[in-house]
Amino acid sequence: MRRFFVVLLAAGLAVLTGCGGPGRTVNIEGSTAMALVAEALREGFVGWEPDVTVNCSGTGSGAGIEAAIDGRCDIGLSSRALRDAEVARGAQGHLIALDGVAVIVHPSNPVTGLTGSELARLFSGEMTNWSSLGGPDAPVAACGREAGSGTREAFEAAIGAAGRCVYTNEYSSTGDVVGNVAANPNAIGYASLAALNESVAALEIDGVTCTAASVRDGSYRISRPFLLVTGAGASLSPAAQSFLDYARSASAAEVIGKAGAVSLFSF
Amino acid sequence: MTRRPGEYAMKTLFLVCGLTAVAFVLLITGYLVFSGLPAIRRVGVAGFLLGDTWDAANPEDPRFGILPLLLTTVYGAAGATAAGVPLGFLTALFLAKAAPPWLARLVRPAVGVLAGIPSVVYGLVGMCVLLPLLRERLDLPAGDSLLAAILMLAVMILPTVISVSEAALEAVPREMEEASLALGATPVETYFRVTAPAASSGVAAAVALGVGRAIGEAMAILMVAGNVANMPSLLGSVRFLTTGIAMELAYAPAGSLQQQALLSIGLVLLLFVLLVNVLLSLALKRGKEGG
Repeated sequence: MRRFFVVLLAAGLAVLTGCGGPGRTVNIEGSTAMALVAEALREGFVGWEPDVTVNCSGTGSGAGIEAAIDGRCDIGLSSRALRDAEVARGAQGHLIALDGVAVIVHPSNPVTGLTGSELARLFSGEMTNWSSLGGPDAPVAACGREAGSGTREAFEAAIGAAGRCVYTNEYSSTGDVVGNVAANPNAIGYASLAALNESVAALEIDGVTCTAASVRDGSYRISRPFLLVTGAGASLSPAAQSFLDYARSASAAEVIGKAGAVSLFSF
Repeated sequence: MTRRPGEYAMKTLFLVCGLTAVAFVLLITGYLVFSGLPAIRRVGVAGFLLGDTWDAANPEDPRFGILPLLLTTVYGAAGATAAGVPLGFLTALFLAKAAPPWLARLVRPAVGVLAGIPSVVYGLVGMCVLLPLLRERLDLPAGDSLLAAILMLAVMILPTVISVSEAALEAVPREMEEASLALGATPVETYFRVTAPAASSGVAAAVALGVGRAIGEAMAILMVAGNVANMPSLLGSVRFLTTGIAMELAYAPAGSLQQQALLSIGLVLLLFVLLVNVLLSLALKRGKEGG
């Protein structure tokens, strides 16, 4: 139904603008975390190929990968690494950017840095009081995202605690995590680098601060890839291939950086 | 029998309007049964209702036991009813019988405003005021808990309980109360021994509506309950049936067992509210026959 609607919309737009046939559209769907990046690329692509219409819809990484494998869209968006089962079914990932996952606490928390193993013990429920980390004698509230979130998957995998994390609270958006950590002196949470603001303090992990540069060179260890996903079997339409080339070009990198992600090129 | 076309047209219109509500109930129930049953069948009724682990998004070993969610909803609704119904009923009694008219004129609109506050605003106030308070007073890591959700729900069902019971109490014939007073009963005795029993069916309707509201609320408790699918404890983070759907629907791939299981939760919720209504009306019937 959604696909039908998208096609109808695309056809309508093509008729309205009077350029191009049905082959001149690129349908993209997937990760909501990549929505800003995808939208920025869509706008930037107008200057690259003016007569191609790009349609984006946010459904989630898993759904986007499935759609790309099944050929229900031209390009899928994934904000996590592809699973082995997905690669075996023909999914190919094309890295366009990285996203840092910052570990955040309340600004009043005296703790300014943690090691990876301390982080794993905090989030697996082994450490339950801030005093063992040099903080005040207060219980730890571990805040995170709901199961299925790409941010959660990337965080748990990076600290070596995939599926073992015990959360005090779960929230269904990054904004909720940031808001609750900002309101609770006991809380520790994680959020996408682009979502940070001054209401929370980001911790150094193994002595490295989460910045675009440290994520890009890999010295900050908690990050995840932003991928464009194509199905290996299906041949990519020329318009979709052109979008793929654009998204990996140096001129798209600036657009990606402005949208809050860490582009692969430094300026 | 009237043969005037205007009469006939209007009667048809009434009929159509009356059937619309029924059609929506049938449509929604039918859809939920149709789309909610496959997952229950695959997981098994016992495994679905009595399984103690909900981990539907796990790619390797998904678990679809909704017992933690179900119990949380039962405890949450029961707690909210236990706290909200006495308060609401006494407020209604006050407004209908005991209050001086000028004060009733002040309280009644306030109750109306309480009913009109959007649930997301309740949630916001709960998050900013209630949670820090609970955290500091009870020395918890975070205030998000079943207790916070119960307190929110108790306030949220108040307007329903108050306005429906007040209408029922107002409808009790003045003569009955006057007879009681004439026999020497005090006004307070009359309220509890005569007015309240006479209005019992209306008050029961108020309770049923309140319980229904408490079971069905999602937005406000999503913001204060912590949302981890633990077995419920009063001061721990919990996930309700409603918030379980709200948390995961956005990420459940279309057509997956996870999405179907979320629809099954919707079906359980619907059956749960129906059950509460049937039980209450049965209890009421028995009470009347017995008395």
